[in-house]
Amino acid sequence: MVGSVITITSGKGGVGKTTATANIAAALASTGKKAVCIDADIGLRNLDVVLGLENRIVYDLVDVVEGRCRLRQAMIRDKRLPELYLIPAAQTRDKSAVSPSDMVKLANELREEHDYILIDSPAGIERGFRNSIAPADRVIIITNPEVSAVRDADRIIGLVEAEEKGPAQLIINRLNAGMVERGDMLAAEDVLELLAIELIGVVPEDEEVIVGTNRGTPVALDSKSKAGQAFRNIGQRIQGETVPFMDLGQESGFFDRISKLMRPGG
Amino acid sequence: MQNLFGRKRGSASSAKDRLQMVLIHDRSNLPPGVMDALRDELIEVISRHVKVRKSDVQIEIAQDGRKQRLVADIPLETDGQNR
Ligand SMILES: Nc1ncnc2c1ncn2[C@@H]1O[C@H](COP(=O)(O)OP(=O)(O)O)[C@@H](O)[C@H]1O
Ligand SMILES: [Mg+2]
Repeated sequence: MVGSVITITSGKGGVGKTTATANIAAALASTGKKAVCIDADIGLRNLDVVLGLENRIVYDLVDVVEGRCRLRQAMIRDKRLPELYLIPAAQTRDKSAVSPSDMVKLANELREEHDYILIDSPAGIERGFRNSIAPADRVIIITNPEVSAVRDADRIIGLVEAEEKGPAQLIINRLNAGMVERGDMLAAEDVLELLAIELIGVVPEDEEVIVGTNRGTPVALDSKSKAGQAFRNIGQRIQGETVPFMDLGQESGFFDRISKLMRPGG
Repeated sequence: MQNLFGRKRGSASSAKDRLQMVLIHDRSNLPPGVMDALRDELIEVISRHVKVRKSDVQIEIAQDGRKQRLVADIPLETDGQNR
């Protein structure tokens, strides 16, 4: 098996990297793929709580890199999904404990037994970011439809290209359809036009994401959640399937609007 | 056209316009004043050979996907003196 390494990153913090990593991994695992996610945000461990696995941590990423345990021992298996694993970040160390070549080595070992290796990158453009993209076969940039997040995403897309890890793909997260409709939020099309990269998903703003995080259950496992559906669609697109983008009730196109005018009540 | 079918010009359009300007600037990473210097020097060089309508010269950075190109529009005097 030669698994594929996908790094999820952003310029700005808090845009949804950890949420996306957990949910895409859960989505892939729920379709029978072997998926392992690595929390590369050393010192600010979070992927464990989002996945609800925080009580089962014994060893972490730095323990593996420094040889205190075998790779297997640091991999926590999710009991809900037989083929979902987490390698948690160290909480008491800083980013310099791991180097880009450590990450490449680790990823190569994981590739042999997993279909997908997902790396949850820290925000910013420093060591943690370089560690995260070093082993990547594919880089996914996540942003919110908001001025500072889009600006920082553009910067990161440029850096990913400069590191020859491009072309990156884009997830637009926390899209609020009502605000787009009112003209008070950038539409997905606007963000795409500005950033000029390939779109791999649009995830709506959804309270269920917070509820899921409270419980430690990714929304991708909740068949009724809209955000969960969006993450499952991303999982399928990653596997090479063509899945139409969901209708988030946002900005109906020009022709839609015309046909609404001509078809009263329709 | 946008306004015809009920879309108001909300804050999103200023977000888009502002981002467009900011991204052009971030991507090109040109120090301030470079565009003006380029404009003046181009006019100077070209004027050595052909008469230029100086006040109408335009230099800008155009976007082509994620790539940028410098586009100069340099209108010439057309009073027949150059022929
Ligand atoms: N689609 C969404 N809808 C609602 N809340 C979201 C959504 N995506 C993320 N969030 C919330 O935003 C916050 C930041 O998300 P997180 O994944 O931790 O970002 P990052 O890892 O980029 O710092 C969290 O509280 C998360 O629950
Ligand atoms: Mg995070």
